[in-house]
Amino acid sequence: MELCSFLTLDSFITDPLTHDFMRKALLMSSLVAAVCGFLSSYLTLKGWALMGDAVSHSVMPGVVVAYALGLPFSLGAFFFGVGSVALIGLIKQKSRVKEDTVIGLVFTGFFALGIVLVSKIKSNIDLHSILFGSPLGISLSDVKQTILISLLVVILLLIYRKDLMLYCFDPRHAKTVGINVFFLHYLLLTCLSLAAVVGLQSVGIILVVAMLITPGATAYLLTDKFDNMTVISVFSAIISSLIGIYVSFWFDLETGGSIVLAQTFIFLFAFLFAPRYGIFKLKKLFTGNK
Amino acid sequence: METTNYQKFRIDAENICVDYNGKVALYDANLRLKPGQICGLVGMNGSGKTTFFNALTGFVNISKGKIRINGESVRSAQKDQTIAYVPQNEGIDSQFPVNVWDVVMMGRYGSMNIFRCPRESDSQAVKDAIERVDLTDHLSTPIGNLSGGQRKRAFLARAIAQRASILLLDEPFSGVDIRTEKLISELFIQFKNEGKTILLSTHDMIHVREFCDLVLLINKTVVAYGETSEVFTPENITTTFGGISPDFLFGPES
Repeated sequence: MELCSFLTLDSFITDPLTHDFMRKALLMSSLVAAVCGFLSSYLTLKGWALMGDAVSHSVMPGVVVAYALGLPFSLGAFFFGVGSVALIGLIKQKSRVKEDTVIGLVFTGFFALGIVLVSKIKSNIDLHSILFGSPLGISLSDVKQTILISLLVVILLLIYRKDLMLYCFDPRHAKTVGINVFFLHYLLLTCLSLAAVVGLQSVGIILVVAMLITPGATAYLLTDKFDNMTVISVFSAIISSLIGIYVSFWFDLETGGSIVLAQTFIFLFAFLFAPRYGIFKLKKLFTGNK
Repeated sequence: METTNYQKFRIDAENICVDYNGKVALYDANLRLKPGQICGLVGMNGSGKTTFFNALTGFVNISKGKIRINGESVRSAQKDQTIAYVPQNEGIDSQFPVNVWDVVMMGRYGSMNIFRCPRESDSQAVKDAIERVDLTDHLSTPIGNLSGGQRKRAFLARAIAQRASILLLDEPFSGVDIRTEKLISELFIQFKNEGKTILLSTHDMIHVREFCDLVLLINKTVVAYGETSEVFTPENITTTFGGISPDFLFGPES
């Protein structure tokens, strides 16, 4: 009996690996998850969840236009991602409308534009895969592009790791000691746009914001050290991707949704049982009352 | 260069104006401070105290006027690590996942290489600074687990580690325990003797009389500025606070 279940678990993991598309999906999704997870530490601490949502939705028309023109989709996405942020800033400054309202109306406008464009330029764009992701059907050119963008984001984040942390924590001090806060602001936005672009292949535009905030939020509940937070965030993101893809393979579920659900469950687990900040404070259960 | 004229002043702000999208926060404000001077910045909430600090650190741009720090621009003062800003306790995210050592090390970032790798000298500066504010037992305590006073001391240590010659302190005495208050006032005397220039905002009248050589009363612009003994009069204070008597404002608290 025991042996039997062991075998099942074994084949649960190895069977999908015999398929080429599954190996590719697992690898690429892990890479994307790692990048988004890394960035999510900064976004959750900076309080940019809504901004992440806005940017990731706003890249939609960029992706469509890039496909139509035969350009790398990352280029179009990046353009519209950063453009949406600039537009949000402009409208906020020039009108009396509150920021969250501006964010909401700008990104829905961009998103709607994207949907309208898709219906007009039907030819070879798969709306479903843009909206919900298609990690199992990722093409070779997309693989190259994803690897390139991921490397770029990771290198930027590694170089400016501490500056970005300081920028999130105390921008005034950063400015006072001569650190270019303006540059860091746009660096973080750039990374956000790029991460949204690679992330949408895994889970699609609608859910990519989860990749950008949930791992960071989970890690935030588990540690008081920034570096640990980054590491936990990256790992929980990768594990969620693997779980999501396996589960979707075996139970024939939507892959993107499964990945995000896995992240949500890991967050809920941390929310309930995190040693210090969980509802039940696991540490206390183990060590008795105190 | 106009060096001769300015060099004797650490801070020389001349007719500065700051507005946020057309809304004036500060206008025609002047301030001149020399090495070793401690100046109190007194005003109501929204009177432009924080704006004044922001202008001096370069965090906001001035729309008019001129600021010289040691005779140079604010930009080069930033590069030279001349100014340190110690924020109000409310102004920082106490749940941010950093500990005392991390915070104080941030004081060294400006003089490190691009990767912000601490050298031996940086670690030593951080260690010394933490010692001076008596937090050596809390090196790896997350700032969220510190008391208000301890947190204030951690940020003061950051300013010390930065080796700035000008310290800007936003409400250094608000929400701190007696021990911290005593330690901060001792440090002020040391700083003064080291020739540092201090500008601090405070709500507490007693502190102004106790430490400040000079006082700057502001309400969107300078109401009065000069030696504390001369300027810090009930009349001036009443004007600064829009006609409300200082006893009413500060009586029950201090």
